[in-house]
Amino acid sequence: MRKRRRSETGPKIGLLLIGLYFLVPLVSTGAFSFWEGGNRYGLRAYIALVHEQQLWQSLGLSLRLAIETILVGLVILVPAVFWMNLRVQRLRALFDFVSVLPFVVPPIALVAGLTALYRGPSWFVGTANYLVVPYVILALPYTYRALEVGMRALDLRTLTEAAQSVGAGWLSIMFRVIVPNLSTALIGAALLTIAIVMGEFTFANILLFNTFAVYINYIGQTAATEAAALTLLSFLITWLAMLGVLLTGRGQVQIGGAR
Amino acid sequence: MSQAAAAAGTRTGTRPAGFFARSGGALTLIFVGPFLLYVSAFLILPTLMLLATAFSGAHGFTWRYVGELDQAQTLIAFRNSIELSATSALVGLVIGALAAYFVMRPGMPRGLRSLVTTFSAVAANFAGVPLAFAFIATLGSLGVITVWLKSIGIDLYGAGFRLYSILGLVIVYAYFQVPLMIIVITPALEALRKQWREAAENLGASSIDYWRYVGLPILLPSLLSAYILLFGNAFSAYATPYAISSGIVALVPVEISNVLSGNVMLSPQTGAALAFGMILVMVAVMGLYALIARQVGRWARP
Repeated sequence: MRKRRRSETGPKIGLLLIGLYFLVPLVSTGAFSFWEGGNRYGLRAYIALVHEQQLWQSLGLSLRLAIETILVGLVILVPAVFWMNLRVQRLRALFDFVSVLPFVVPPIALVAGLTALYRGPSWFVGTANYLVVPYVILALPYTYRALEVGMRALDLRTLTEAAQSVGAGWLSIMFRVIVPNLSTALIGAALLTIAIVMGEFTFANILLFNTFAVYINYIGQTAATEAAALTLLSFLITWLAMLGVLLTGRGQVQIGGAR
Repeated sequence: MSQAAAAAGTRTGTRPAGFFARSGGALTLIFVGPFLLYVSAFLILPTLMLLATAFSGAHGFTWRYVGELDQAQTLIAFRNSIELSATSALVGLVIGALAAYFVMRPGMPRGLRSLVTTFSAVAANFAGVPLAFAFIATLGSLGVITVWLKSIGIDLYGAGFRLYSILGLVIVYAYFQVPLMIIVITPALEALRKQWREAAENLGASSIDYWRYVGLPILLPSLLSAYILLFGNAFSAYATPYAISSGIVALVPVEISNVLSGNVMLSPQTGAALAFGMILVMVAVMGLYALIARQVGRWARP
């Protein structure tokens, strides 16, 4: 007994050191963002950023892309995963395989392939909305996993039969039975997608669209303290999204436990 | 039940009883078709297009561009990328596994575990440009820690340290590799049964004996598959090294982006061949992962 208690100091020191490694860059970035040259510290970087038109534009663009990515991703995935679970289980292996493909094809390789394949029309590849195309692929593994776990927990057969027995068509089954039952899975998938899209740099940088991450990189070339402030903001966004995922996930666990 | 269904069917007139039992091919097409079409058009076709581009010259099929992958510059990029990925995966593996193990020890403060889980989820997703700037503000030539160390007499950059070197990038990559490892390995550590340890101790095993003959052999497949996952994670990273090194360290993703942005005088085919080489490495890596994951599955079953 005594031996065990003494051996806990080692792990505690180890964890402390690891914790320091993760904390120091955040604190440094925070301190750096308040630096005004010399020994002066203040809010100058933040004040300058608030008046920066381009920042709000890029932030707005990234948010819009995140929402579009969520919508497109869910519109193509919810029906597919639903039908696969309900009727065509033999497609499961194919779905699982397809959902890990985005890991096999790195973003930088995918963007090379996309630019080689699609050169027009300009209404398609010429606007920032084009980024939604690869973003849906980026988010695919996470969205698929969330939906798959969510649907497996449901008795889809009974739900569908019950809905059909009261005269529901497929559209109302999807919107009034399946989607409400999947709300926690959908929220989890949506928040993860937001975290991914808000930080995405590869596609936007190569395809020359001014998203949030591209803007941070751009401002970093000229104004280091502003870049530090935006880094903190970006960390905050990721933190909020992940906190949301974990909180909704916990809710799901509780519901499962109550049953 | 079926009576009700039949009644409902007659009432609406569109859904005859027994409709549910028939598997409609047209419906499958409507539900599953868009997804498969999307993935084909925007993931599989572009990848095939890369292959076609990498192998096509002015007069049809050619090995030229893929053959050119053994040029010095390209080889350096691949060697750097593999070295960086392998080292940062090892660092992530060791530190992440230790952290996960420490957190699970009895006697740790309450709430520590959920804090570590939440933070890991955040940090594993906090990569790219912001991460690069966080480390430039910390360990860059004017970073807070660099300046502080200098004030107490330790001159990092004078001693040859650079953030834009393989070592520097390994330090940065650990910021998302360690949390990913914690997320991946915690379930495997939880699956280690207390009884196994007690049985080993009853037979006179020391802590080292237990880990050597019981713990690590059981964990080995999980550790291997985690290592491969971390390797792939580092190998495809682009934004972080781009923002930190702006091409000073030659890495495959950065080379590809140079070709795509027209920064270097290289043909698109060379870029495609590079991307093809990258996909080959990832296919090998994921193939290994799948093989080992099957092994892990065998252990996980009680």
